[in-house]
Amino acid sequence: MTLPPSLSRREILKVGGLIVIFALPVRLTAAGNTRKAAAAAIPKVVAPDRVDGFLAIDRHGNVTVFSGKVDLGTGVRTAITQIAAEELDVPLARVNVIQGDTLLTPDQGPTYGSLSIQNGGVQIRLAAATARRALLRKAAQRLNIDEHALTVDAGVINAAHGKASVRYEELLGDGTLALALDQNAPLKDPNRYTVVGRSQPRLDIPDKVTGRFTYMQDFRVEGMVHGRVVRPPAIGATLLSVDADSVSDVPGLIKVVRREDFLAVVAMTEWGAIRAARQLKARWSDWQGLPDEEKIWDYVRATQVVRDDVTSNRGDVDAALAAAAKRLSSTYDFAIHTHGSIGPSCAVAAFEAGKLTCWSASQATHHLRQQLALMFAMSDTDVRAIYIDGSGCYGRNGHEDAAADAALLAREVDRPVRVQWMRADEHGWDPKGPPTLIDMQAALDASGNVSAWYSQFYGPDGIAGKVKLVAAELAGMPHEIPMSPGGIIAGTAVPYTFANVKTLAHRLVTTPLRPSWIRSPGRMQSGFANEAFLDEIAAAANADPIELRRRYLADDARAIAVLDRLAQLAHWQKPSTHKNETGSTATGRGVAFIKYENNRTYVGMVATVEIVRATGVIAVKHFAVVQDSGQIINPDGVKNQIEGNIVQTVSRTLIEQVHFDRSRVTSIDWQTYPILTFPDVPEIEMELIDRPHERPWGVGEPSAAIVSAAISNAVFDAVGVRLRSVPFTPDKVLAAMKA
Amino acid sequence: MTQPISLDVNGTTVHLTIDDPAMPLLYALRDDLGLHGPRFGCGLGQCGACTVHLDGSAIRSCVFPAISAVGHRIVTLEGLGTPEKPHPLQRAFIDEQAVQCGYCINGMIMQAAAFISSNKNPTEAQIKQALAYNLCRCGTHLRIVRAVKRACCGAS
Repeated sequence: MTLPPSLSRREILKVGGLIVIFALPVRLTAAGNTRKAAAAAIPKVVAPDRVDGFLAIDRHGNVTVFSGKVDLGTGVRTAITQIAAEELDVPLARVNVIQGDTLLTPDQGPTYGSLSIQNGGVQIRLAAATARRALLRKAAQRLNIDEHALTVDAGVINAAHGKASVRYEELLGDGTLALALDQNAPLKDPNRYTVVGRSQPRLDIPDKVTGRFTYMQDFRVEGMVHGRVVRPPAIGATLLSVDADSVSDVPGLIKVVRREDFLAVVAMTEWGAIRAARQLKARWSDWQGLPDEEKIWDYVRATQVVRDDVTSNRGDVDAALAAAAKRLSSTYDFAIHTHGSIGPSCAVAAFEAGKLTCWSASQATHHLRQQLALMFAMSDTDVRAIYIDGSGCYGRNGHEDAAADAALLAREVDRPVRVQWMRADEHGWDPKGPPTLIDMQAALDASGNVSAWYSQFYGPDGIAGKVKLVAAELAGMPHEIPMSPGGIIAGTAVPYTFANVKTLAHRLVTTPLRPSWIRSPGRMQSGFANEAFLDEIAAAANADPIELRRRYLADDARAIAVLDRLAQLAHWQKPSTHKNETGSTATGRGVAFIKYENNRTYVGMVATVEIVRATGVIAVKHFAVVQDSGQIINPDGVKNQIEGNIVQTVSRTLIEQVHFDRSRVTSIDWQTYPILTFPDVPEIEMELIDRPHERPWGVGEPSAAIVSAAISNAVFDAVGVRLRSVPFTPDKVLAAMKA
Repeated sequence: MTQPISLDVNGTTVHLTIDDPAMPLLYALRDDLGLHGPRFGCGLGQCGACTVHLDGSAIRSCVFPAISAVGHRIVTLEGLGTPEKPHPLQRAFIDEQAVQCGYCINGMIMQAAAFISSNKNPTEAQIKQALAYNLCRCGTHLRIVRAVKRACCGAS
């Protein structure tokens, strides 16, 4: 089926069988989302094995891509546009991408794990290739010319002799795109690429820098009112009583909503809702169920293990450790982190005729739909979740929870409700990156070879499932029970060909705060421990850390290429020239490497740090980075992601730590949970290795995973101490230097 | 108690009614006037996402009462320039692709615009200091600095 995105309502109704769920307000259509809004009324195939699940071409030749993966501020919309335009041979300007709308887009899985291009983009590419071939065959028939004698230029299929041509849209209208995805559809030869592999300026930036872009936080629907939540002062507290009279003087107050321990206010205006939420008097029970923050690592170590996941096992680690000429063992830990999106979570929800529509910046609208359906005992098909770009999203933050808040309030007041969390709601109640502990052991034999590598990871049980919704839990409504910390064990195994290796993950029955995934979940913690410990091994073996890595990656040509180019880019010197410096400021350099999840994107980096000996303050000055992520779609987009990964992870490594008392999170704003600011941002120099004939791999996480290790190793180079506990606060640095 | 006020926003006088003298300017701009440039980030004046100009100075509209803006010139990101006719800083942010999610970018541009209007040829360190109280979580800092340099000193 092909439907022009600009169909009028009357035209749409002629198609038949349509449900217009919501009349979208003029303000939305004025904000660059015109086509999204119009298309929202169009029913269509959403099967991920159908071309028409992913693509439509209208009668003007405009292409609409329906992407289950969404742009979280990463530039994926532009990259997907490039992929579709390239494969279909149409100009970029004729491609529009609709993202993460459960009524319109296939379920391509949540937008996480650095898989948007690697999986999502590749599926869309295949859909485009399948469509292209079908169109060529149809053109061959119509023009009575052999299919192979046809070329495509800007959506026009031309015969080689130049005398006959037909436009894509002229061939459509009869269900041509109603095709199964063909795994064997011929893909365009990358040598002929003109769009993919080039730094296409991002399509969203002009509107974003002029205030024309509509973020989730800007989105409005007609008749909408405003909600604000009033969370318990202690995470597990019970709501004893509410004094609704305490807010009766707030202008425009619609309702104080209480359902078990869920408490919220709804008002005509946003400011009215904020005032009422602040002013509302409620009595809560005491609750002190959190562990002592000072003893968090004892707590983690004492937590019951429900399962051991062995992620790699080669040779006989125990025997090799027993026979070691030199044994090393260290414990690494990584603090609880918050997502810290600059814009707090926000959603709009509306019930109409027994159906729920929810607009959200969720990275997983298809999951959200299922979660809301569970919460309200509805069928999935009666819930529609629509993605709208929000503030940066680095994992499962609070967006889904704000959606549940909005939906619950919308049902209570029978009007569309917008909920935006306040800063303290976000810092206090978004799900956290769980505390992670990793025990490392290694053996060196008499010749200085690494004869054993044994790691034990301690992290919460669970997968990247659905994180329970706060509102559902507080309100006693149906919700998920298992923890979902993300795929946290995917980085525990190492790519190095040591003779004896065992990597183990002890999965814990619980963790202090509701866990979820934050950029490179578990992989960042493993990347820290693995690559910092390898630096310890290199020092013990008196080996150059790049040489040591090369030795155990010798069979992996792409890994070797990354390390070699990194050594060049960073002007790597061996041995380090920084040892034995005695000035008040010490400088050092450290290297780290990753083959992400042992099966994709390669990154090597060298960090340069300066440490003020008297204060223990670390300044991260510079990073040199080399990355091979296979085929690059948008080089500047990749660079932007690498810069973001590094800066964000420098922040996480040096500064960040969620604080809590026995009742609640106490780091609830930017003063109590500071992040890196401009004066402290390192310079970044990078080289991308483009491999146009290889598959494209993810770039949104891999370079983040080893930043902590590179810094730790650089600190060792500078002052000879190991930092094994993130964040690397000055007090830890000073303590290490005194020890 | 409601109260009519007039504000001078982006060169136009607008009339609105407020029911709380403590209401920050941000809510008047976003909810009453429908502007998207200034955004809510913290409500505490800590992050800068809500930054607007008041008589040419950068202020945090999330903690500045709307009523205190009466009689002053307010300029928001929308008033600085348009996609068709961007302010040099907006142009530079596009040229440097200095956006990831872009939620903080309003603050970055408004803060930088006020800064460079009185600092014609700033050093990189001065730019970083001028933006030290504007937070970005995506890690776009290097591009933002390059964009500000480009806007005031030509291509970096």
